[in-house]
Amino acid sequence: MSKKTLRVSKIKDGTVIDHIARGRALDVIKILGIDGRSGGIVTIAMNVPSKKLGVKDMVKIEGRELNPEEVDKIALISPRATINIIRNYRVVEKQKVKLPSIVQGIIKCIKPSCISNSKKEPVKPKFYVVSENPLRLRCHYCNSILEEEDILKQF
Amino acid sequence: MKRRYDFTNRDIVSIRGFTREEIDYILEVSHSMEPLAERGSDMLRGKVLAELFFEPSTRTMLSFQTAMYKLGGNVIGFAEPGVSSVWKGESLADTVRVVENYSDVIVLRHPLEGAARLAAEYAKVPVINAGSGAEEHPTQALLDLYTILKHKGRIDGLSIILMGDLRYGRTVHSLAYALSLYDVDLHLVSPDLLKMRREVIEDIKDRIKVTEHTDLMEILPDADVLYVTRIQKERFPDLGEYEKVRGSYVIDLNVLKKAKDDLIVLHPLPRVDEIAVEVDSTSFAKYFEQTKNGVVVRMALLALVLGAIK
Ligand SMILES: Nc1ncnc2c1ncn2[C@@H]1O[C@H](COP(=O)(O)OP(=O)(O)OP(=O)(O)O)[C@@H](O)[C@H]1O
Ligand SMILES: [Mg+2]
Ligand SMILES: [Zn+2]
Repeated sequence: MSKKTLRVSKIKDGTVIDHIARGRALDVIKILGIDGRSGGIVTIAMNVPSKKLGVKDMVKIEGRELNPEEVDKIALISPRATINIIRNYRVVEKQKVKLPSIVQGIIKCIKPSCISNSKKEPVKPKFYVVSENPLRLRCHYCNSILEEEDILKQF
Repeated sequence: MKRRYDFTNRDIVSIRGFTREEIDYILEVSHSMEPLAERGSDMLRGKVLAELFFEPSTRTMLSFQTAMYKLGGNVIGFAEPGVSSVWKGESLADTVRVVENYSDVIVLRHPLEGAARLAAEYAKVPVINAGSGAEEHPTQALLDLYTILKHKGRIDGLSIILMGDLRYGRTVHSLAYALSLYDVDLHLVSPDLLKMRREVIEDIKDRIKVTEHTDLMEILPDADVLYVTRIQKERFPDLGEYEKVRGSYVIDLNVLKKAKDDLIVLHPLPRVDEIAVEVDSTSFAKYFEQTKNGVVVRMALLALVLGAIK
């Protein structure tokens, strides 16, 4: 990236989410619950040329670090993303997200009659990753297949 | 027996939990139960089976009871939680952790999908799924396989038709999956509205040849097994639509003229009118015998999970 673009979006403290799959930047924004009505500077970059991915999206957020659940959700829709923590304008920590083979807790089953949706039971939804691209998950309890759109709808 | 498997304490939750070799073994053990079903046995003396039926299913309940009694064991339980409000309000996870202290094995029927899996995660004693939600009914699939094997001497190489309500039918999904572990030609016959769900077909089509039809006559002449399920009126948006298709999915003597002499006709029961009564007395009809086979298969499963056969 050229110095000029960087200057526009340089942040002091916060997070840079890099190597987001093309077209997923707005989904990342949604996962993080960002609506632009509060908080610091948010920069969204789409279709940025990238050596690793060809083209990528990026999201830069001033004044915010992500919690593990948010990182897991980003991994679901963009398994090659990198989370950079910025302090005092510098990258102080770099974490590659990781799509686990079992996804637990962060999303719900689409089948209303699945026991994992029961309020009465002590149960955490649990899914197996059937495919990464396109993203497909299979419910541990009822075997239902969740397609990408079923998952995105929940964020 | 070629190979033995130790099923002691194993849960029977889903047909997906088994390899073909394990299923073959269960079917062999089932066969060895035939004489014990005739004369009785004390193989499971002192053992207690708890039947937790949160949804009515008299046939399945009686079948498990008979299986347990034939092996000398005892049965406790309830049918429908309404009988006792305690069970109704309590979580399933709690119920099984109480009931496991009264029993050596739990048989569960529940309206929610995945209920048996959850119960198995909480219970220390083995849990057998007697139907949960609309999908899984593994013991029915096993008894269907057993019936086919008993009459055909093999499952591999057969041409098998599943007909009727393939979309909502509880038993056909487990059965289709089980059959896909064998080398069969599977033909699915149903009205368009009640076709097998895509996800079920996706799951099996890499292992076996699957074809879909709306007209039974296209494939009946070559079939070895015809598995019929009921088409319910309620599944159709309007009655006219239902009236249009219902006649095409009824089996009677006229239809069977086109079939091979040694075709067998199966049905999970209860039947309404999808198999004409005139078929009952023919050699095609094996649907009542299926219920008898259900007892020996359940005897085998109980003996296996309770460690009486290793
Ligand atoms: N203070 C900052 N404000 C905004 N963006 C920044 C800041 N510091 C770094 N970045 C951006 O964060 C990303 C990661 O920075 P880094 O310096 O680690 O680049 P890199 O070596 O290309 O990393 P990688 O190997 O992960 O691609 C880059 O896209 C960079 O432009
Ligand atoms: Mg880079
Ligand atoms: Zn589910």
